[in-house]
Amino acid sequence: MAITSREELNAYAEKFREELATKKKRVLVCAGTGCLANGSDKVIEEFKRNSVDAVAIAKSGCHGFCEAGPLVRIEPDHILYVHVKPEDVEEIVEKTLKKGEPVERLLYHHPVTGEAYLGEGDIPFYKSQTRVALANCGAIDPDDIREYIACDGYKALARAVLDLESGEIIEEILESGLRGRGGGGFPTGRKWMFAHAAEGDTKYIVCNGDEGDPGAFMDRSVMEGDPHRVIEGLAIAARAIGASHGYVYVRAEYPLAVSRLKNAVDQARQLGLLGEKIFGTDFAFDVTIKEGAGAFVCGEETALLASIEGKRGMPRPRPPFPANKGLYGKPTVINNVETLATVPAIVLHGPAWFHSIGGESSPGTKTFAITGQVANTGLIEVPMGATLREVVFDIGGGVRTGRPFKAAQIGGPSGGCLPAELLDTPLEYDALKKVGAMVGSGGLVVMDEGTCMVEVARFFTKFTQHESCGKCVPCREGTKRMLEILEKIVAGEATMEDLDNLEEIAWVVKESSLCGLGKTAPNPVLTTLKYFRDEYVAHIVDKKCPAGVCTAFRNYSVDPELCKGCGKCRRSCPAEAISGEVRKPHVIDVDKCIKCGACAAACPFGAISLQ
Amino acid sequence: MTAVRAAQRKFERVNEIIEKHGRDQSSLVPILQEVQAEYRYLPEEILTYIATAMSLSVATVFGVATFYAQFSLEPKGKYVVRVCDGTACHVRQSMPVYEAVRSKLGLVDGKFTTPDLMFTVETVSCLGACGLAPVMTINDEVHGKMTPEAACIIIDTLLEREGEK
Repeated sequence: MAITSREELNAYAEKFREELATKKKRVLVCAGTGCLANGSDKVIEEFKRNSVDAVAIAKSGCHGFCEAGPLVRIEPDHILYVHVKPEDVEEIVEKTLKKGEPVERLLYHHPVTGEAYLGEGDIPFYKSQTRVALANCGAIDPDDIREYIACDGYKALARAVLDLESGEIIEEILESGLRGRGGGGFPTGRKWMFAHAAEGDTKYIVCNGDEGDPGAFMDRSVMEGDPHRVIEGLAIAARAIGASHGYVYVRAEYPLAVSRLKNAVDQARQLGLLGEKIFGTDFAFDVTIKEGAGAFVCGEETALLASIEGKRGMPRPRPPFPANKGLYGKPTVINNVETLATVPAIVLHGPAWFHSIGGESSPGTKTFAITGQVANTGLIEVPMGATLREVVFDIGGGVRTGRPFKAAQIGGPSGGCLPAELLDTPLEYDALKKVGAMVGSGGLVVMDEGTCMVEVARFFTKFTQHESCGKCVPCREGTKRMLEILEKIVAGEATMEDLDNLEEIAWVVKESSLCGLGKTAPNPVLTTLKYFRDEYVAHIVDKKCPAGVCTAFRNYSVDPELCKGCGKCRRSCPAEAISGEVRKPHVIDVDKCIKCGACAAACPFGAISLQ
Repeated sequence: MTAVRAAQRKFERVNEIIEKHGRDQSSLVPILQEVQAEYRYLPEEILTYIATAMSLSVATVFGVATFYAQFSLEPKGKYVVRVCDGTACHVRQSMPVYEAVRSKLGLVDGKFTTPDLMFTVETVSCLGACGLAPVMTINDEVHGKMTPEAACIIIDTLLEREGEK
């Protein structure tokens, strides 16, 4: 069947809502990548095996609270169970599904106070969040279009197609103040306006799902958890600029996102929400899902277009901007996943509603992936302008190791490291730019006192150096030279002159590279030099790594007084670097030792330590 | 004769893949992806064949095949072990896991695949499963919250399984 009018869309939604109402309870098991890796598929199977009448069982997209996975949500009771194992299912079925009682031990307990929380609304991790792009993530089955439609899905598209002229859509997006969520922060409405005004019959709209920043998984979660929202946003953008074909470019490392998007496109086609004569009008639009092949630079828009065309994914100078000359030389708009996922909500609720959330220059919400040494790893969405402190401590639950907070790395390899003094920085485009970082796609990695900032700078530089496409000299040569100096520093072989060179090269790369990759690659080095210069000096002058991380400055050794000669360290050593007779003190051969720390972890007597 | 027939069969499969995607250059990446899924790597003669079949220069096809990290021009092991070295895994000590696995399998000096083509050990920049950091995948199986010892136990199990065969 096909939906050809608004009335039919509403009737379709109503029909499914009625069907859901016949079920007394609904079990939603998270099937995001994190929970799947923790075995949530087995939990789903177990629920299906123990099925109870009038209970619907569905898998859902990412709930966000990856630390506590696999997650199981029971509606309408608003119960959230954490760390659910297949063997827990029987108890949930007996107690919660049959009798309506919560299973106390599976609820989330506050790590300090021990207090138990019943549902998402109560847990501090969720309390301070405002969910727009992630509204349906975790609440619906991403593989069932009926669920999306029942949550007002495709209503915004109906409005965009039936009630609005293309100029009016652009006007609303401009008014809402929506800015690109992929990093640059360029006003989305302006981009659309340029492409709308560009001459040509064929235009393209492209969704950038090449989320390459290590430590970022917001876009992956949206594509996996609510793929129809991305498709609806894409269709609205197409209607606004006059495109009849769209692409979603997804990283190859996200196979689940690819399959869910493909399924969503098929379902939308079957209902006539993609294809010819959408909602009975002359508007025609279809979508192709394109898989990347593992190149970070393809997140840059001109490189991404080259990649879709089947070429090496290298950027080209702009202008001409893609809005005028993009895919196959035609006017093209490239928007990030989260940007497009926000569009349906704006068209549905109006620009004034959107502008009322977040700050004046950066309205709306932003998703962040908080990871690293933070208590609650996961995916969150907060109003723009929330402070770093709120995100790391109120939502993230602070540092998980108990050591003091040292820095937050925001914006991935293009971003910067912000120290504790800057915890009150609001997370929005302009404020972050001022302190040398950027919103980027939204990766936020928390680091504690045990993290060496020089090592972190080396780590990111190695990443960008490896991913540099080699087209322009500053990025190709500069990142390589920066990496060499950083490697010298962590090896304890650098001089203060090297440090000056590092800073100078970093500025040259930043100022003169061709594309965003090179222009932002020095940010991790420049911010760590700005906020943690002492650590660089300690490595160079004192030949010390204050955090005790850099292996050049440390060796494992056995304290013969404490060693009982049990041999546990010898057996745990993957490099066979430990020798010794039973019941006699063992010794570590420093030449063979790879400094992995396995022996220290294995020693029951605390006899092995790092010096 | 059998060698010729085997070669024909080899290109038959490639032909099917090319037919399925079409000969436009925009299909090159998906074609290479499917060919690699078939052979576990991209053999040189097949790249040349694809170039001819798609009316592209050999340099263009090699250029694309060597640009993207997903493609390999060398055979990979039966078990591809990927240790994630994304930021979240890195700060939760993924490198000791990587070093331990490499050393366990005797991989030194820029070698990534064992001589018996059983194991390939690589790093990958972020699998997006940061909640389970550090993460290691073996083929498609994800192992979360790794330590050097846990990783070596997993490798041992695989070695034992292979030894029994």
